[in-house]
Amino acid sequence: MTRTDLGMPAFPDAAREAVRDGVLRANLRHATHTIRDKRARAVAELEDWDRLRAAGKAVKDHTLRHLDRYLLQLEAAVTAAGGTVHWAVDADEANRIVTELVRATGEREVVKVKSMATQEIGLNEALEAAGITAYETDLAELIVQLGHDRPSHILVPAIHRNRAEIRDIFRAEMGRWGRPAPDPLGDDPRELAEAARLHLREKFLRAKVAVCGANFMVAETGTMVVFESEGNGRMCLTLPETLISVVGIEKVVPTFRDLEIFLQTLPRSSTAERMNPYTTMWTGLGPSRGADGDGPSAFHLVLLDNGRTDTLADETGRQALRCIRCSACLNVCPVYERAGGHAYGSVYPGPIGAVLSPQLRGTDSEIDASLPYASTLCGACYDVCPVAIDIPEILVHLRERVAQGGPVTRHGIRVRIRPAHGHTAERAAMRAARLLLDRPGALRAGERLLARARRLAPRRLPGPGAAWTDTRDLPSVPAEPFRDWWTRERGTPQ
Amino acid sequence: MTSKDRILARIRRAVPQPGPQAAPGPDADIPRDYLRVHGARTPQERVDLLAAHLAEYRARVHRTDEDGLPDLLGRLLADAATVQLPPDLGFGLPSHPSLAFVPDRAAQTPRELDRVDAVVTGCALAIAETGTIVLDGGPDQGRRRITLVPDHHVCLVRVPEQVVDSVPQALPLLDPGRPLTWISGPSATSDIELDRVEGVHGPRRLDVILVGARGPRPGPGTRPPETGSQ
Ligand code: SF4
Repeated sequence: MTRTDLGMPAFPDAAREAVRDGVLRANLRHATHTIRDKRARAVAELEDWDRLRAAGKAVKDHTLRHLDRYLLQLEAAVTAAGGTVHWAVDADEANRIVTELVRATGEREVVKVKSMATQEIGLNEALEAAGITAYETDLAELIVQLGHDRPSHILVPAIHRNRAEIRDIFRAEMGRWGRPAPDPLGDDPRELAEAARLHLREKFLRAKVAVCGANFMVAETGTMVVFESEGNGRMCLTLPETLISVVGIEKVVPTFRDLEIFLQTLPRSSTAERMNPYTTMWTGLGPSRGADGDGPSAFHLVLLDNGRTDTLADETGRQALRCIRCSACLNVCPVYERAGGHAYGSVYPGPIGAVLSPQLRGTDSEIDASLPYASTLCGACYDVCPVAIDIPEILVHLRERVAQGGPVTRHGIRVRIRPAHGHTAERAAMRAARLLLDRPGALRAGERLLARARRLAPRRLPGPGAAWTDTRDLPSVPAEPFRDWWTRERGTPQ
Repeated sequence: MTSKDRILARIRRAVPQPGPQAAPGPDADIPRDYLRVHGARTPQERVDLLAAHLAEYRARVHRTDEDGLPDLLGRLLADAATVQLPPDLGFGLPSHPSLAFVPDRAAQTPRELDRVDAVVTGCALAIAETGTIVLDGGPDQGRRRITLVPDHHVCLVRVPEQVVDSVPQALPLLDPGRPLTWISGPSATSDIELDRVEGVHGPRRLDVILVGARGPRPGPGTRPPETGSQ
């Protein structure tokens, strides 16, 4: 993953910072609760939600088990439809491929559709180093980019900013990147969106090269799928002459029909809508091979590994590759709600980030070693996940890895890692715990799950506690959290 | 070793297989017991549900028959000076002296298109349960960009023929080889404090006209004018 993440403070430090920031916490709380409640209603509308969830999980698991076959089928289909497929082992290779493709067009600017994969590999920075400017066109990503900031949420990356801050950023920065913000500029969201529209339209109409990711790729047909709301995606996917998609290899699904599952589950889990405003599907250059000006005349697909095959090699951890990036798990997570997205030190924040980043990057750095502890194990993330990723299970698994070491696959090679150096793991655990113990709500949520899942409780502690339980039996978990018992017996909350 | 070989080799080590040929197809592994449709509806109820869901996402929904269409279009396009048209809309258009119709041409640049006020198209189909219209670039819809750049999109749906209940019913009717655009309400963002704002980049206005069969009165049978350019 990108080098820019090195030097990040470990999760507990970053989280403590965030927790002190009252504005950030208020914004986050409002956002996560609003989306969470709406989502529950959107999901309740589908009586077969559980079956759709099981089918989505099965599609992803099946694909991962036969990933080689489906990637080859995808490559053949995209190529047959007039596209070109490239394979990138890591971030550097993907960045090099994209940079060369852009250079070959003679252009010095690209417009971008919001994409986690390109953030993961630090593409914008790599392009900048090569003298190419990448313009983010999603409104939230634009706010983040103009604010010299980092995204804090998968779906609404600028959720930590309020309208007054956004107005100030637009006023100060838009002129440096292109069309300046209208003067005067108020802080009404309508006015701010209009300023973004004017600023970006200039770029859309002139752009010759666009870079995007994809939510899904269909092996059978070579079809790429992008879900979005604003139309910036459609602009980038339609108007430029050259289109470059950088997509993680886990995004492939076997058949066009499989989309019927995710077209129902992704929007409802993500923005809590029955359907997002725009979804674009394209296959290579289309029947006219781009000759009728309906879409780009050159299409490149860069298939990205960057730690995904290593994650695939881990039987417990590989389920994280099912993730369709809906962000539902962020919105229900008591730790995310307090710590904010930046604390996770990666483009993947929240519960999914806590399990994905340490697998994609390894657990060598302090931040990655601390991420598996950034959770109360309350299980809410598992309950909402539309592809049923058991995030708590992976967290416990990764804690064990950090604390005890063991066999892992790094860069395609099976190695045995040693327990985290010195007190790193213990410190990480203790400091994460302190963060939680300071937050009674988060703790309570965790206790509840533990009580519910009592019969599943391990005989020995995972993580740094293992050494202690190696020689002792773990006391059994009470049937009821102490606080609940107290409330029931004494009638008043403590 | 190429990167492709390296990635494929890593995958095969990570998930050992009996052999690619011996692997079962997706159907053996994937439970498809989810519903094809949520509830039973008459054609009329299906159209009503589509209308309700479109309106909820702030598209403006109108109903008429083929006879009433030119008048309705005339009203909806009253403030447009230029109107973009697909190659063959397949419906009668108003004959307003003030309306200039622009045909969809590959040579048209994005900047030229940006000066167009409105666009009228048909659609491939519409999905009632999600309030979605799907375009597939057919002759009555034109290129993807014409429903994207102008500020106002008027979309015609033949009811009840073009309306299906659900997403699982829609996919088998679509050709993945064609570029597909799924539209559910006008362009929108919730990126600023989760306040929904319409019309960020795509059309700010989406008018959907549900066009029923020709009414009892014989209409004048207006053909779309072929002329008009920027
Ligand atoms: S882990 Fe599940 S809930 Fe979280 S973003 Fe991924 S798909 Fe959504």
